[in-house]
Amino acid sequence: MDAVTAPEKRIMEPEKEQSMQSARAEAAGAEAKMGVEGLDLYYGEFHALKDVTLDFPKNEVTALIGPSGCGKSTLLKTLNRMNDLVDGCRVDGCVSLDGDDIYGGLPVNDLRRRVGMVFQQPNPFPMSIYDNIAFGPRTHGIKGKEELDVIVEQSLRDAAIWDEVKDRLKKCALGLSGGQQQRLCIARALAVQPEVLLLDESTSALDPISTAKIEGLVTELASKYTVIMVTHNMLQAIRVSTKTAFFLLGEMVEAGDTDALFTHPKDSRTADYVSGRFG
Amino acid sequence: MTSKILRALVYVGAILTALVLAGIVGYILINGIPHLKPSLFEWTYTSENVSLMPALVDTILMALLALALSVPTGVGAAIYLVEYARSSSRFVRAVRMTAETLQGIPSIIYGLFGLLFFTTMLGWGLSLMSGACTLAIMVLPVVMRTTEEALLAVPESYKQGGFALGAGHVRTIFRCVLPSALPGIVGGVLLALGRCVGEVAALLFTAGTVAQIPDFGGQGIFAIFDSCRTLAVHMYVLASEGLHMDETYATAVVLLILIVILNMGANFAAKRLKRGM
Amino acid sequence: MSKSARKEGFARALFTLAAAISILAVALICVFLFANGLPAMFQIGIPEFLLGTTWKPGSDMYGIFPMIVGSIYVTAGAILVGVPAGILTAIYLSRFAGSRVASVLRPGIELLAGIPSVVYGFFGLMVLVPFIRVTMPGRGLSLLAASLLLGIMILPTIITVAKNALDAVPRSYYEGALALGATHERAVFRILVPAAFSGIMAAVVLGVGRAIGETMAVVMVAGNQPVIPNSIFDGVRTMTANIVLEMGYAADLHRGALIATGVVLFVFIMLISLLFSAIKKRGEER
Repeated sequence: MDAVTAPEKRIMEPEKEQSMQSARAEAAGAEAKMGVEGLDLYYGEFHALKDVTLDFPKNEVTALIGPSGCGKSTLLKTLNRMNDLVDGCRVDGCVSLDGDDIYGGLPVNDLRRRVGMVFQQPNPFPMSIYDNIAFGPRTHGIKGKEELDVIVEQSLRDAAIWDEVKDRLKKCALGLSGGQQQRLCIARALAVQPEVLLLDESTSALDPISTAKIEGLVTELASKYTVIMVTHNMLQAIRVSTKTAFFLLGEMVEAGDTDALFTHPKDSRTADYVSGRFG
Repeated sequence: MTSKILRALVYVGAILTALVLAGIVGYILINGIPHLKPSLFEWTYTSENVSLMPALVDTILMALLALALSVPTGVGAAIYLVEYARSSSRFVRAVRMTAETLQGIPSIIYGLFGLLFFTTMLGWGLSLMSGACTLAIMVLPVVMRTTEEALLAVPESYKQGGFALGAGHVRTIFRCVLPSALPGIVGGVLLALGRCVGEVAALLFTAGTVAQIPDFGGQGIFAIFDSCRTLAVHMYVLASEGLHMDETYATAVVLLILIVILNMGANFAAKRLKRGM
Repeated sequence: MSKSARKEGFARALFTLAAAISILAVALICVFLFANGLPAMFQIGIPEFLLGTTWKPGSDMYGIFPMIVGSIYVTAGAILVGVPAGILTAIYLSRFAGSRVASVLRPGIELLAGIPSVVYGFFGLMVLVPFIRVTMPGRGLSLLAASLLLGIMILPTIITVAKNALDAVPRSYYEGALALGATHERAVFRILVPAAFSGIMAAVVLGVGRAIGETMAVVMVAGNQPVIPNSIFDGVRTMTANIVLEMGYAADLHRGALIATGVVLFVFIMLISLLFSAIKKRGEER
């Protein structure tokens, strides 16, 4: 299941690569934490992502938007290789983290520690709140009770849920409300001290109040982490992100500064989408 | 590191299971097939030919009779549970609870009960009839449960289609629901058949061990009150006498073949059920 | 009343009657078992019957304590053998096996479930017992042989039920663990197995029920001495074996004592099935 899907096609002239990189760095005006380059992804015969090139600037929130089925979640799952779980999924092109190819020598479990993920549906494990948070650190070899206590508290504080759960850390996590569960899942992702946080429509299953809490939290987290979020809520992208990329039918149509993209889209399809024609 | 150990453990467990399976089946086949002689299939049993033919015929008679009793009952009960029992009334809960209880009762207890009730109380003696009735109760929950599952899998739209045409409830059940649940029901019946074929403990004291085909020619229908031994009982008797080991192996092969055929049939039926949906 | 309404009512009555049969069957089994077993138990004396260690029908001594202990020993042995292998195989089938291996192993396990106990017993008699006799102390017909054989026989029950429980664990738990950087094995053993715990326990309890009720296979390999065994190489007699060995020729109080043995076995089975329902209920609540 953990078979490494090595990129089969990574022939790119070094010169061109360099020029592209410098061009992008200029455009973004910030250091790229992660990036994809010439990414093609297939589910069997289906061509789900077509030649996508995109950078994710460090310590900023990047939003991926587009109608459902456009490939934005697929791209997100490529960044921590959760796509490996899908039978018949094939990835061509380069995905890098701090300049290293994540489909190359980087062990997949290290990658997933460094690139955390929060899913669409809150998915706390059926165990206590404490054990949920401690699962990740324990996985990566931290066993000391005191050390774990510190991590658990810090993660829960960072996810703005500490005050709500500090008195019932030993209670089963499934007893929390949906919004609390999702913040718990964010805390759980933070507990392994990731560098990048992937949010896959992480508020779509929640009520407006919980959504607002998580949006505020994401904005704060951006000071410490690189956040990449998939959302189908354009207002959320505007509220939370600094950079936005618009996807349509597996293609990245346009990417850039969030305000610019929404106010002065360059591509007519982007304009149609953000003004609501695609819904 | 721990990952590798865990993975190794899982593989060892699975390989062990596969080896045990292959070992048992292989051992029986290797030792039994060479002894599948024509004399084993003669119509009458003597201590010379040790024929398994009467036991084979008895097995078929016994299983058919048991199913004739339990299948209508089990299917009817499942229809009641799925189609009629709306509330979780006391009666429905009692039915479910007792069906679960029946499923857990060991066959020796069925044997004891058959002996006390059918053989002694009703005076049927050690007979085909006593054995079949005992088996019928034993496999009733199997038929009930599989039929219920099959009925629940029938899309509600089939039933609505029947009602929409003005068909009554009974007609809808028999014309729309049962036909599409049929593969599932057949699968359950084959499972039940498998239990009948392999059963010994419930039959020793209800059907007895006489190695003869009931004399339907001479006694007509009353031959169902003759004692008879099924193939599995036959094998147990042979094994405990210890005189005819080769024939015992051969009998085991025949039993295994029967079970494989029944399992294949049940799987085939399950596939049909899935495809039919 | 119209003709069709009468037909509907009649059908409904028939289906209800069919459903009532299982209640009737359990009631009859209880009545006949208890009515024939309890008087004998009272006549022998309940403490003498349950705790007596001598079973000598010839001298009217009916203590089934060795058989109760025998059943418990044999069942515990079967659990020791069958549960680890069964659960590991279930984990393998649920989360490790490729579809091709699974498509071979699954029918194999169905076959294992379908093999009649007399065939298992015969295999035990011809293979396990001689092997134990040659390599270990004792006559081979032993607690060890019975435990090994029963351990094999409960494998399919445990594998099937535990696998169903594991398959029912939401995929999101697995993905959540992987997204935190856990390996496949850690995700399976630390998240999926605990999440499926009540289902796996249910599998074990069903295995216990199957093992304690098994008769023919045990009779053929256990040696059947009505004495509490001192070692795993000694022979042992279970409650089921006690019934099947002597029922054929027993009369009067002896016969009653055998039926009473059935009553005790029945009570054991009821306790196990209560435990099973409790575990299942707890699993559903979560």
